[in-house]
Amino acid sequence: MLLRDVKFEEKWLPGNAACPGCGLSLGLRLLTKAIEKPVVVIPASCASVVQGAWPKSSASFPLLNIAMAGAGAAASGIANAYEMLGKEGTVVAWAGDGGTADIGLQALSGAAERGENIIFVMYDNEAYMNTGIQRSSSTPHGAWTTTTPEGKREFKKDVAAIMLVHNLEYVATASVSYPVDFVEKLKKAEAHKGTKFIQLYSPCPPGWRLDASKTIEVGKLAVETGAWILYEYENGKLTISPISSRFREKKARRPLIDYLSLQGRFAGISQQDIAKLEAEIDRKWEFLSKFE
Amino acid sequence: MAVSVMTGSRSVATAVKLAKPEVIAAYPVTPQTEIVEDIATFIKNKELNAKFIKVDSEHSAMSALIGASSAGARTFTATASQGLMYMAEVVHWAAHARLPIVMAVATRALASPWSILNDHTDFLVQHSSGWIQIMCENNQEALDTTLQAFKIAEKREVMLPVMVGLDGFILTHTSMPVDVPDPDLIDSFLGKRMAPFALDPDNPLTFGNVVDDKYFMEMRYKMFESMQNAKRVIKEVSEAYAKLTGRSYGLVECYQCDDAEHVIVTMGAASGDAKVAASMLRKEGIKAGVLRLRVIRPFPKEDIVEALANRKTVSIVERDLSAGIGNILAHEVKSALYDAGAKVFVKSFIAGLGGRDILPEDFVNAVKSAASGKKGDEWIRLNLG
Amino acid sequence: MADVNEEVYVIPEIDTKGLEKEFPLSKPGFGAGGKTNEWRLLRPVINYEKCIKCLICWIDCPEATITRGKDNSVAINYDYCKGCGVCANECPTKAIEMVKED
Repeated sequence: MLLRDVKFEEKWLPGNAACPGCGLSLGLRLLTKAIEKPVVVIPASCASVVQGAWPKSSASFPLLNIAMAGAGAAASGIANAYEMLGKEGTVVAWAGDGGTADIGLQALSGAAERGENIIFVMYDNEAYMNTGIQRSSSTPHGAWTTTTPEGKREFKKDVAAIMLVHNLEYVATASVSYPVDFVEKLKKAEAHKGTKFIQLYSPCPPGWRLDASKTIEVGKLAVETGAWILYEYENGKLTISPISSRFREKKARRPLIDYLSLQGRFAGISQQDIAKLEAEIDRKWEFLSKFE
Repeated sequence: MAVSVMTGSRSVATAVKLAKPEVIAAYPVTPQTEIVEDIATFIKNKELNAKFIKVDSEHSAMSALIGASSAGARTFTATASQGLMYMAEVVHWAAHARLPIVMAVATRALASPWSILNDHTDFLVQHSSGWIQIMCENNQEALDTTLQAFKIAEKREVMLPVMVGLDGFILTHTSMPVDVPDPDLIDSFLGKRMAPFALDPDNPLTFGNVVDDKYFMEMRYKMFESMQNAKRVIKEVSEAYAKLTGRSYGLVECYQCDDAEHVIVTMGAASGDAKVAASMLRKEGIKAGVLRLRVIRPFPKEDIVEALANRKTVSIVERDLSAGIGNILAHEVKSALYDAGAKVFVKSFIAGLGGRDILPEDFVNAVKSAASGKKGDEWIRLNLG
Repeated sequence: MADVNEEVYVIPEIDTKGLEKEFPLSKPGFGAGGKTNEWRLLRPVINYEKCIKCLICWIDCPEATITRGKDNSVAINYDYCKGCGVCANECPTKAIEMVKED
């Protein structure tokens, strides 16, 4: 798909309450460009608030707000109701890393196991941003958050990897920095049956201590350093996306420090922690190769 | 008339079959399990055309129904005790979202310690959730009330979910004769759900985004008004149902109340034992009656005052505990009487927790204790020795 | 030069019959988060002589405040642009300058 093939219409309206440079805002905008009739469920997260306040909403698509743990379940309910009532629409759960990896993991796993006909997008800004930048299981090692002021000790929980073993037809990783790739992946997901899962890299300027203008740039650095790997798992086979495949070779990757230094949340990171992050990147590539 | 001998669980499941919800989502928890097992069997036998989402938890059950109901479907779930507490967050959500979900609650004691036996605390502690709550006395009422619940909930001037309570094991696992109404009659009684709003790509609305302090209170006021409307609607629906089946139910039930000087107030299956006790007391020359609380929310203040204001004593016997104050409903009854300026002697009795039986003689002793003017709450049949 | 293409915004007319006063429902509209143009400290200004209509700024704008014309020209919707600067950062010909808001 070419950039100019992405459609003109905007259903994610200007004047929303997102921070300037918000990755998730771009993500939702791209969702509406990929899916014709989205019916979106949003659990407690930044996305709940960026819709703006009653009696207006920035969403020009049907949107159900739900409690933080319930995205996978509420989406399942809508999908089943739509089928019984003969209504047309593509049900999408749009949850943050908190509402997916932590409090929402059970409902997501349940929906996936039951084969519910939904697309579940985890927009990953790597912390509980809506409540003021507290760590989630998706926060990377070494990152500052308000609850890990010394830098997170634990490593990032890999939710996409967890979804790889749920017998799904389609699992992918994407990034708002590669918008056409994300749009293509959403369209592919929509064509599959059962639960489809996409983990979307979604920078957060305030939470990452990042200049708002660098949202797209930091995402490209994430891929170019190998830290974020774009891939698709379709009908049992994993394919590293062309954008990321160049960076399988360690020599081809930019130094990780290029990615980290753009973000204030890594300002205090030690050399040992950087080395651990680099080792984790190597392990991740190795792990994914087993599914190829 | 088609009378079957069925358990309370089967009675509720049969009502669900007749009501034809499109989406059911439920998680098993004793003693509700047979309700959902029956539903699964009805679907397998093509007696019910519905999606039964076998969710991963009770929180997911209610979340799934919030989704399905928002999409315009008629929905049902059932739970008990721990399950009701686990889903509590979204129980409140469902009512505030104004979704006409129907839920059966097989009452059961709350842990810790574990007990699977009957107790009403689980049902009653959700009395501020915004749900309409109706407590049944027997399996016939459980079937009838579950059917009526859908109609009450879906009325435009109500649009609130309904919780139907039935005593765990005492009703759910005990067989009684139950008349099952003709499906065609119920089709004309209920019809299909006509949702005033639903998730629709052609009319894209957002459900539940932030309402700030400029209007949140007004939204709650609208709920409050709908609860008031529900008092009238429950009676209207009952009358319509009575025309079809001959059985009618009020917000409360008065048994031998007319000339009673001493009234027992209670709810659920034990009301039957209370009625036996009233007859026993009358044989002794004590003019006793029973006020069965059927509708807990909206609180039938007017009916309660009318039934109790001019008595000598009121003995409220409840199967629940709000530690730190005593019974849960007793305080609501007392405050209703206070507001009405009634000068009745009201005594509160804590009974039947964790499955302990309440026998007719317990009600008899309660009335005698109240009649003697002995003040203070009492615990019935406590075995501390 | 190019004008903002208002037609790209899809906002259907929905007759809610006052339901939103009774139930927690909201209708789609601009500025649900307020007058977000007032957040700006800097505003993006496009130099149309350098613009090659690559559409990168258009696709990367998180706010849908860069509209696309039928001829693939782009225009900034200053009514709601938050001045994040992503467009200027990403433009391959440096055709967008972030200018101080007066």
